[in-house]
Amino acid sequence: MNGSQDTRTFRMHLNLGPQHPSTHGVLQLELEMYGEYVLGIDPVLGYGHRMHEKMAEQRPWQAFFANTPRIDYACGLPHGHCYALMLEQALQIEVPPRALALRIIASELNRIASHLLWVGAFLLDLGAFTPILYCFDDREQAVDILEHMTGSRLTHPYMCLGGVTGDIDEETVVNIRAFIRRMRSRFQIYERLVTNNVIFIMRTRGVGVIAADMARAYGATGPVLRGSGLSCDIRTVAPYGGYDGYAFEVPTGERGDCLDRYRVRMEEMRQSLNIIGQALERLPGGPVRAEVPRKAAPPPGQYSCSVEGARGDVTYWAVSDGSDTPYRLKIRSPCMGNLSLLPKLCRGMALADLIATLGSLDLVIPEIDR
Amino acid sequence: MEIEALRLLVSVTLVTAFVFANATVMGYLERKLAGHFQRRLGPMEVGWHGILQMPVDGIKLLAKRMVVPVQAEGLLFRLAPVISLSPVLLPLIVIPFSPVLQVVDMQVGLIFVLAIEAFGTIAVFLAGWSTNNKYAMIGAMRSVAQNIAYEIPILLVALAVALMAGSFSLQEIVRSQAKLWYVVNFQLFGFLIYLVAGLSECNRAPFDLPEAESELTAGYLTEYSGIGFSLFMIAEYTHMFTICCLATVLFLGGWQGPELPWQAYSSAIWFFMKAYALMFVMIWVRWTFPRVRYDQLMKFAWKYLIPFALVNLLVTALVVYL
Repeated sequence: MNGSQDTRTFRMHLNLGPQHPSTHGVLQLELEMYGEYVLGIDPVLGYGHRMHEKMAEQRPWQAFFANTPRIDYACGLPHGHCYALMLEQALQIEVPPRALALRIIASELNRIASHLLWVGAFLLDLGAFTPILYCFDDREQAVDILEHMTGSRLTHPYMCLGGVTGDIDEETVVNIRAFIRRMRSRFQIYERLVTNNVIFIMRTRGVGVIAADMARAYGATGPVLRGSGLSCDIRTVAPYGGYDGYAFEVPTGERGDCLDRYRVRMEEMRQSLNIIGQALERLPGGPVRAEVPRKAAPPPGQYSCSVEGARGDVTYWAVSDGSDTPYRLKIRSPCMGNLSLLPKLCRGMALADLIATLGSLDLVIPEIDR
Repeated sequence: MEIEALRLLVSVTLVTAFVFANATVMGYLERKLAGHFQRRLGPMEVGWHGILQMPVDGIKLLAKRMVVPVQAEGLLFRLAPVISLSPVLLPLIVIPFSPVLQVVDMQVGLIFVLAIEAFGTIAVFLAGWSTNNKYAMIGAMRSVAQNIAYEIPILLVALAVALMAGSFSLQEIVRSQAKLWYVVNFQLFGFLIYLVAGLSECNRAPFDLPEAESELTAGYLTEYSGIGFSLFMIAEYTHMFTICCLATVLFLGGWQGPELPWQAYSSAIWFFMKAYALMFVMIWVRWTFPRVRYDQLMKFAWKYLIPFALVNLLVTALVVYL
């Protein structure tokens, strides 16, 4: 390009992002390129830092519930779920069974919405424009139901100390059942449009292969880890919030490539539908929120809880000094571990494969920065 | 002599006007069809069913300033859109829309079209290089490699048809299909090769690597705005049209079709129906498939299309000889 660059070898430094269609928000990748091929990569983070952890230290324990869905905008409910479980464990609050079931229904709906968003965005990264509109059509139904349940379309203020903020009515139950039926039929469309598409398979099979050891070494979790063949889902490994009462499978991949991660997520959506179906089947009656003290002040000590978010392991760890504000709150978000695989993965990869691999990790950048 | 000159002037003007009309229609069709493929309505606001959307967008683009980046080679950067338009416009003067609706009937019409179309790459490369932007540069590199690879199969299958027709004149090729179109007359394979290579030739998805927006933001178009951008878009739609016209002439019998009154002129209807049907297919493909990867694209051309096109040519030659 310029005189200073070696035109013979065509090495160049390329800034991918933070303004780029495929970095899903504000991720910056500094690439060393050799023509079309990537030699090295340096992710630059921090553009979406919002000081959530510091915020937690400055306000009452219960006030942080408003922050939880904002940490991961695509799948916020598991974050609230995690924080609620941790606090309830600290304060030894018994949550009513109906609230537990409602939390699971809302979390799983949120997981489906998040995976649908991912499928669309991933296909967009591969250059297919149409699937994202089908996905958004379906996601819209899930989001409508969540709006009816929680009162909000994106940052659902649903989880609270001792239960959930609102009960569901008969109409919502009917809507959720209709959504389950609809989604089951829609999977056939995705099969035909995407899964069996020759070019899609060409672009994803054998691309961005993450070996099981590597996934474990880098702390990858969620569908990325399961795509590599490790069956690790916190909902089954360490069941929380009543998940042990539901029958569902944990899909895993074989090769750990982009296609496997895609298949795992598609299957997870089906399993989530099963879980929601089971929860509706035996939805217990009763209150949706336990009696909780107005001022929550857990006894001094350390508390932690892990849940399975749409992207992997969400862990909250808090230190209480006995006052009504946390002394320290640490959030372990799954995307950081998943992103850290990328520099190792992408060496020698074509630019198009880098974009596909980046997309297959399902990153929500503000969730890394928090 | 004077009448001939006048005829040429009028027809060239008409062809140029048609190019812009075609770009408007195609732009609208693409957006409308894309909308319907994606379970939405597409443009609906401007005029009946958004039919005036493209003229309005055209005016908007004309009114915008064409920003020339500081690091760009100013002259070449401005020249590239203009250069992109001419090679796609010129082939239209030899395309026989009907028995008489043709600007000139060249004896080497087919070679003329293929030769002129090859120039399109230069404009894309010029645009990508003069922008002096890395994304644009990668897009330009891809474009050159891709176009060289895909011109060869087009040439080979076109040659097979020319062998069967015994002429390079497009009008002659159409006439020779009076009984049977070449797509059913031994050249189905050639037609399929032509379609795939043609898609790639006009940089349409799934072969739109030079402007792959999820990888290269917009490839060689990254820094173009205003009139420069719209000229590139017009060139792209015209290129699509030229490719489809050539396919119609070579494989689908050109203007041949059921007899109509004033056959000499009205048979152009059949021509346009066939050409636009092909363009519909191109739009359909674009909004259905993901993009292939660069090395897969090259592999596909050199390992499959070119050998198959060669075999096709050899077998055709053998059949014609017998």
